[in-house]
Amino acid sequence: MSVQTKSNPTRGSLLHTAEEILVSTAWVEERLKDSKVRIVEVDVDTKAYDEGHVPGALGWAWNTQLCDTFRRDIIPPDQFEALMSQSGIGNDTTVILYGDNNNWFAAWALWQLKIYGHQDVRLMNGGRKKWIEESRELSKETPKYSPESYQAKSPDFSIRAFLPDVQKGIDKKTIDLVDVRSPLEFTGEILAPPGLPETCQRGGHIPGAKSIPWAKACNEDGTFKTAEELRKLYSEAGISFKKPIVAYCRIGERSSHSWFVLKYLLGEKDVKNYDGSWTEWGNLVAAPIEKP
Amino acid sequence: MKPQNYSKRKIQVAGWEVNVTSYQLGDRHYCTVDNVSPGAWIAKTEGATKEEAEKKALERAAELLSKTRRLKVK
Repeated sequence: MSVQTKSNPTRGSLLHTAEEILVSTAWVEERLKDSKVRIVEVDVDTKAYDEGHVPGALGWAWNTQLCDTFRRDIIPPDQFEALMSQSGIGNDTTVILYGDNNNWFAAWALWQLKIYGHQDVRLMNGGRKKWIEESRELSKETPKYSPESYQAKSPDFSIRAFLPDVQKGIDKKTIDLVDVRSPLEFTGEILAPPGLPETCQRGGHIPGAKSIPWAKACNEDGTFKTAEELRKLYSEAGISFKKPIVAYCRIGERSSHSWFVLKYLLGEKDVKNYDGSWTEWGNLVAAPIEKP
Repeated sequence: MKPQNYSKRKIQVAGWEVNVTSYQLGDRHYCTVDNVSPGAWIAKTEGATKEEAEKKALERAAELLSKTRRLKVK
C-alpha cells in the first residue's frame, strides 16, 4: 500500500492533483523511516548524492541508469524493472524523487516512471537545494534494500513526443510548443548552457515555439509558484490551453520539469515532453528553425 | 549530520553570472558553482576549508565557462 495524503503543505494554491504528487521537505522528513516510501535522489550523475543525501535515499544517475545511451532513448522495460526491483521498489511503493538543479533530473525520472505506469510517484518541492538550505539531516550512507518484484506497464507514450509528432504539430499548427531553455539558447546566441558541452550544430529554436524558461515556474527557493501564477505565466507567453502542449529543451530534462508543471500543477490533460529536444532538432539536416 | 554554514552569492566568472553555493558537512566543505541561467551546476568540489573548496570550484568553472562561445544572431 502506498502512503495516504490527507493534506500536504505546499506553497500557495495548487490544484488537487498537485497535492498528491508534490510533497514538501517537511512531509518527506516525517517519513524517512516509512517502509512504504522509497526516497531517491536523481541527478545527472552521483556527485551530489555522494556529498550527502536525504537519509535513506538511494541515488540514481541520469546518465547511466535512466538513459539508454546506445539507442539514445529512455531505458527499456526490462532495465526499468531491474532498476526498480534493485531499489526495493514494488508496484505499490510510494516513490519520492528529488535532486539537484532544481529537480530537473528528478522530473525526468518521474516522467519515466509515469511512462511505465508507476502509480504513486511524487516530487519533493524545492529539491536538494531546499533540503540543504533548511539545514535538514544529510547522510553519506548508501542504504541497501531487499529487492522487490516489479512489473512495468506497457509504455504510455501519450506523455512523450517524438520527432514526427513535433514536425506534424508545427506544420498543421495543432500544438503549442514551449521552449524552456534560457533566452540565450532560444535565440541561438549560445548552443548549450554556459560551461556545458555544445551538443548541436546550430542555434535557434523550433519554428513557432514560445520561450518560457523553466526557471520562471519556480520561486527563489526552488519551490513551484502557485497555480494562478503559473497559468498567468504560460497564458501571457502565448499558450492558449486549447491545444496539446509539447515542451522541449536541449536534452529533455528541463522540459520534464515544465511537463510536470503543465501536467500536474496546472492539470492539463494533453502535455508531452519532447525529449529529443534541441539536440535532435538542432542537428537535423534541412529542418526549419527560427532565430533569434 | 546537518549541513552548516550555508552561503550563496552571485558573481561573474569568465563573463558569465554564476551562483557560488557552499556548505559544511562534518569536517568537509562543499562548493557548487552553477550558471544562473539556466541553472545547471558546472563545478562541484570539496575541501578541508570553505576557501579551498571555493577556489577549486571557481577554477574549474572558469575553465569551462571560458570555452562557451557567444554567436552572433543578427
